[in-house]
Amino acid sequence: MLCDHCGENEAVIHLTQIVDNQMSTYHLCEKCAEAKGLEPGINTGTFPLSDFLAQMGKGTGAEGGGAAGACAFCGLRLEDFKKTGRLGCPHCYVTFEGHLRGLLRRLHGSTQHVGKVYLPPDPTDAERQQRLSGLRRKLDQAVANEDFERAAELRDQIRALEAAT
Amino acid sequence: MTLDLTLPPGFGLGWLEASGPYSDIVLSTRVRLARNLQGHAFGPRHRHREAERVFEQVRTAVSRAASLEGGAMLDLAALPALSRRVLLERHLISREMAGENGEAPPRGAALFMDAHERVGMMVNEEDHLRLQALLSGLRLEEAFRLVDRLDEELGAHLPYAYHHEFGYLTSCPTNVGTGLRASIFVHLPGLVLTKEIGRVLQGIGQVGLTFRGLYGEGSEVIGNFFQISNQTTLGKSEEDLIEHLQKIVGRVIQYEMDARSVLMRDAPTVIEDKIWRAYGLLRYARSLTFEEVMNLLSGVRLGVSMKLLPGLSVYTLNKIMIYAQSAHLEQAAGRTLTETESDLHRAAYVRRILAAEGDVPTSEGDSAAEGA
Repeated sequence: MLCDHCGENEAVIHLTQIVDNQMSTYHLCEKCAEAKGLEPGINTGTFPLSDFLAQMGKGTGAEGGGAAGACAFCGLRLEDFKKTGRLGCPHCYVTFEGHLRGLLRRLHGSTQHVGKVYLPPDPTDAERQQRLSGLRRKLDQAVANEDFERAAELRDQIRALEAAT
Repeated sequence: MTLDLTLPPGFGLGWLEASGPYSDIVLSTRVRLARNLQGHAFGPRHRHREAERVFEQVRTAVSRAASLEGGAMLDLAALPALSRRVLLERHLISREMAGENGEAPPRGAALFMDAHERVGMMVNEEDHLRLQALLSGLRLEEAFRLVDRLDEELGAHLPYAYHHEFGYLTSCPTNVGTGLRASIFVHLPGLVLTKEIGRVLQGIGQVGLTFRGLYGEGSEVIGNFFQISNQTTLGKSEEDLIEHLQKIVGRVIQYEMDARSVLMRDAPTVIEDKIWRAYGLLRYARSLTFEEVMNLLSGVRLGVSMKLLPGLSVYTLNKIMIYAQSAHLEQAAGRTLTETESDLHRAAYVRRILAAEGDVPTSEGDSAAEGA
């Protein structure tokens, strides 16, 4: 996706704003974002969560949650989240996915988890495969870092999982 | 696993031993992982008795976790308020769980700890699970491995809330992804005295790390003690987060040592005077506030670290930091103390501990004892 402002570079910052009950999303490249005073996520030390939430919810009033509604599991509304900075339950991440993606990018510089892949109890084959590729990625990294103790541990985990598949 | 309603005297204080690498500068390493269970609201939006249901699920999984075999469990709602404050002062539970805001923790709030008191978890904090490892000195990889192993053991039986894109889901979006927060508790008097600290902290912010005071988020910095930790939790692997922190903290330690060398080169008498004054006040004062103790301990710690105060151990200084706090003093006294009483008890405690360590030989004369 190209930057909305210059139309030249790849957009890396996706900012959702609600002004006068009108929601608009801007996609900006790093350069234009910086020009507008929004540095990329990793330098956000001076940009606390509450400020971002306040900015995100500017002028929303009572129907701020209208776009996404309330969470079907716990009943949390977007304006509740803006007030407390806390989500209500795991399902909120699905309900407010669109809003959260922009926020997570600002906070962490990314929305994609690249850490440990969770293997739930009684996993499906697909979950096992995802876990395996996650473990192999970690193994490569451990070997590259010459952390052989960790590598041995990961190799054991991979073997055990392969045996189970 | 024992169900314990009392608090053993030295519970959870293994990290005070000062055995880890750089333990004169780095007090402790903590790595925590935030985890939540599917099908339950997060802590702040728990419904009636939901915390108890979460707890029961967790307890079943704990009974099969090898890491926690033979460990202890503390039922926080059943503990006296004073014991909870003691746990808070030992950095084992959060302010919310201690009931610092006047509310007792919910039924189902618990603290688990392994038999060696190195790894454990809080149950029913803001997140259902906060797994944590706490070790003496700079030992990030070891702490991560301990907490990761416990996570594997519990995750095999518990249905964690996990999203294919966002990773492990948490109550606060600042923890989502890996759920990992690694913190190094570090003493930086050299950088403060040389006024380099501002630049260092600013640099820390620019490389994705953050710093806090003694009691975590929002607390002030006293006694030149800082907690340095990763700011982001999503988009990097656990190993990368750990390695990055390790690298930066290593550099901060080097800056601190450089600053100390500069101080000793340019103002040795001023530094020596500061250190001995701090020791003298701690050794003989009759009334001390906690903040005062922390600031004086900072000077003495610097002296011990630079071998200007021979004979004193870092372990003793660590012990004072914990036991000179108000809940610990009240526990020792067996009653509530007013602020004035607390200051008197604190000074008496510090005098007693330092007297038990014996006289510290000065650099003039008494050189026979210096090598001891």
